[in-house]
Parts: sequence; C-alpha cells; structure tokens
Amino acid sequence: MTTSSSVLEFKSSTFFSPILILYSNDLAAIEQSLQDKINRAPDFFKNSPLIIDLRELNKSGLDISVIEVAGMLRKIGMFPIGVRGGNEQQDKQAHKLSIPVDAGRENDSIVATSAAASRKEIETQALEQDSVENNEIRNPASSASRIASVSTPPEPVRSMLITQPVRSGQRIYARGDLIVMSQVSAGAEIMAEGNIHVYNTLRGRALAGVQGNTTARIFCLDLQAELISISGDYKTSEHLTEQIQKRPVQIYLQDHALIIKEIA
Amino acid sequence: MARIIVVTSGKGGVGKTTTSAAIAMGLAKRGHKTAVIDFDVGLRNLDLIMGCERRVVYDFVNVINGEASLNQALIRDKNCNQLYILPASQTRDKDALTLEGVGRVLEEMSKDFQYIVCDSPAGIEKGAYLALYYADDAFVVTNPEVSSVRDSDRMLGILASKSRRAERNEEPVKEYLLLTRYDPSRVKSGEMLGLDDVQDILSLQLLGIIPESKSVLSASNAGIPVILDEKSEAGQAYEDVVARYLGEDRPLRFIDDKRGFFRKLFGGRS
Repeated sequence: MTTSSSVLEFKSSTFFSPILILYSNDLAAIEQSLQDKINRAPDFFKNSPLIIDLRELNKSGLDISVIEVAGMLRKIGMFPIGVRGGNEQQDKQAHKLSIPVDAGRENDSIVATSAAASRKEIETQALEQDSVENNEIRNPASSASRIASVSTPPEPVRSMLITQPVRSGQRIYARGDLIVMSQVSAGAEIMAEGNIHVYNTLRGRALAGVQGNTTARIFCLDLQAELISISGDYKTSEHLTEQIQKRPVQIYLQDHALIIKEIA
Repeated sequence: MARIIVVTSGKGGVGKTTTSAAIAMGLAKRGHKTAVIDFDVGLRNLDLIMGCERRVVYDFVNVINGEASLNQALIRDKNCNQLYILPASQTRDKDALTLEGVGRVLEEMSKDFQYIVCDSPAGIEKGAYLALYYADDAFVVTNPEVSSVRDSDRMLGILASKSRRAERNEEPVKEYLLLTRYDPSRVKSGEMLGLDDVQDILSLQLLGIIPESKSVLSASNAGIPVILDEKSEAGQAYEDVVARYLGEDRPLRFIDDKRGFFRKLFGGRS
C-alpha cells in the first residue's frame, strides 16, 4: 500500500527564468526581434520558459493582448509561464490561459514551486560577483523587445567556477562569467552570457555573450578550440591561423569581427 | 564492503574484456576474493575469455529477475578459487538489466567479495551506463589512437556526471588510465599516438601500458586470462597494473622499442 507521503511531496524552491520586457505593442516587430535572438542561440531558447513583463508598455500607455503575445511565443517554441505589470484586462486574459499573474511589487520575485533541476552535473562553485543585474546595453528605442536575464529573487549574477576537466559531450551554461581551471576537451561545449576564462587548454567549443553581449570576451591559455563565438559571431578551427594556435589569447568582438590577440 | 571497479572505454574492441579478466584474476591471485561480472548482455564474451563457457547455467539476468540465486549463477574459476564469474545472458538484450536490479545484486555481492569487476559493453547506452553507475573506481581502457581517446574522454564525462557518486555528490569515481595495444615501434614512427599525446587529452593516473602482443589473442582463444601467461609482456604488464592499483610502486615497462637491429630486419615477435 502506498501512503500519501510517498506519492508526492511539496517543496519550495526558486528558479531562474528569462523575463521578456516589451517596449512596443507591435506584435510583428516583437516576433521578428525574438526570432533574430532565437536564431543566434536556438538551443537556449528552445522550450524556454518566459515571463512577460508589461510594465514598460503600460507606462507608455500602449495596450497589447496577452492572448496574442502568448500565442506568438508558443508558436516560436517558448513557454510563457507568468505575466507581470499587466492591467486588469491583461491579467484576466492571462488567467484565461492559465498563466499565473504576479502581483507586481517593486523588486518583485516570482517564486514557483517546481523541481528545478539543479546542475549537479559538474562540480561547480558559485562566486559572488558585484556585477549588475544584466550586462546588456539598454537601448529600448531601437529594439522592440529586450530579453533581460533577471534573477528571481533578485541577487547578483554569479560567475561559475569549474575545476574538473570538461569532457567531450559535456555542456556547461553560465548565466554570468564562466571560469574553467581545467582543460576543455574536443567535443565539449561551454557557453556563458558573460566572459569565458579557460586557464588551461581549450579544445572544445566556447561561446561567450550568448545572449547578445557583444562586449563579452574569451580568454584561454592554449587555444586549440573547435569553435569560438562571441554574441553569435563565430570562427571555426579552420579559420584560426597558425600564429595563434596553441597560444594564450584573448578574443573579442570589433565591428562584428572576431579579433584574436595573443596575450604577451 | 567491496570495491566496485568498472572497466570501460566507450569504443569497442580496445580490450575491455581482456582487461577485466586479467585484473580480476590478478586481484584474486593475490588472495582478494573477487567477482567479475559481464554487463554485455546479448553479446556475452567474458565466459569465453575466462574459459568457463561450458559451465554457464544461470546468468546475471536470471539473478536480477529472481529466477536464480547469486550462488547458483556465480561460477568459480578453475585456476583460482578466490575468483568468481557472473556471466551475461546471451539470449536477452540490455533492457533486461534495470538500475534497481543491478544495484540489488551488487549490494548482495558486496557483503561477500572484496573486489567486483564490472566488464562494460561498448557504447554509451544503457548497458555501459549500468556498468559504471555503482562504480567506485574506473579503469578507462584506451588504444593509442584518436577515436579511442575521444571516446574515452566522453566516457570520463559520463562518469563525472551520471555515476551514483556524482548524483549523490560523493567523492568522485577514481579514474585510471590503461593504455592497451601499445606498439612502441609504431609510436616511434609516428603511426600511433604516444603516451604523452594520450595524457595530453585525458590526463589521468596511469595504471599501465599493455603492449600489443600475440599472447593476448592466444590466451583469449585458450580461455585463460593473459595475466597467467607470465612469460608474455602483456601478462607481465597486467601484473604491474594490479600491483599499481593496490598501491605498489612499479616502474613503467614496455614503452620503448627494444627490438634489436636483426630482429627488426627479420621481423619476429615483439
């Protein structure tokens, strides 16, 4: 006989979710802008949960239908899981779609109960970092939408420290900076929204600034990477010249071109 | 409590079963009660290498399903009474193994044995995963060749993330490197990766280098673990591996091309 306690358990936990802050009520423009972002990091956005933030929109007195926004998001493979900052009408629409509404306190936190998968895969150690909530350049005028990586509850973005070798087939995603003390094998993939530091040999794929941070950089002591990318601009090992192969280098973006410089 | 050793590689044909048989025999010969389990359900080989294929009545899957007791299925080795073999089923497939069932059998065996050697199937699918899940130590068998090194690297990643020790956040599985089918003359001529090239990528504690040797094949065919062929280089190399695993300090042998000019000229056994 199964007792009720062995069937389920309630646990309270927090988890991270991207927040989609809308600045425009032009649905087509939003979709276009999102699609561009998805194309840059398809794996990251596929089936990604998303919280729709309507505060900025309502501040500017622009109205949008939550039903239409949610429909569009689902169509492109994202899962809206919450709405905040909406007006009465928008909250009603959200409820109709079974999407929870956040009360919208300032500095609010949306706490969801879920078995948030902890990333035990790799021994990680989070380091406190005074970094700002998000390191993207805010330019609301030019973009119809912006994805801010907001942590809930608000806490500084942590950098991730990996001390074990990153083996072929392993993937690591850091929401801030990623620091790897061991080698990164061919066939491994390391990604960070911020900078990537590898204090060893980098043989796998390294993608920095995957959320569009064009100022992110990659540093490594021994460059033998299969692929390097910053904010979607990439180079494969074929295009890495002999002079910088197996050298300590830094890699940054300048006018959409990857610059690889040896660190003397 | 037994120490559970998984012999794994990712790639097939590198010498996992040969190694499993040799080290299990090596440990048992030194007086440690040892069991060796064939996880390659559907393609059982270990019993052939151990020379006990004609004494198989029950197998690993029977024990998991409760159709036979452990004592009924375990085969005592004819050369060493401290060594037992748990053969795989030839008529089933890997789905017959369950994580829970394997755990139960290993737990029961742990009461009785000092070492349990798990001979992993090739690949990274269910059989290989189950073989490594409960491991305390991993012998990563690698050939000096790029695809084998890459597969071993992948296996190490799985060991570091999917094993029970990783899931429970315990001390990680201890990983050792075993370089097999090593041919010093081909390394010298650049046809084969050297130890340094392999360690450059894997950087593991080296347990030993097993030279390519004809005695491995003849031992397999005869059903006698090659470690019992004390005259062969491979047998001696495995003996060193077992000694190093148990904490002895032994110099590395068989890594230099020792063949003299005349033997090179006229060929001859390496």
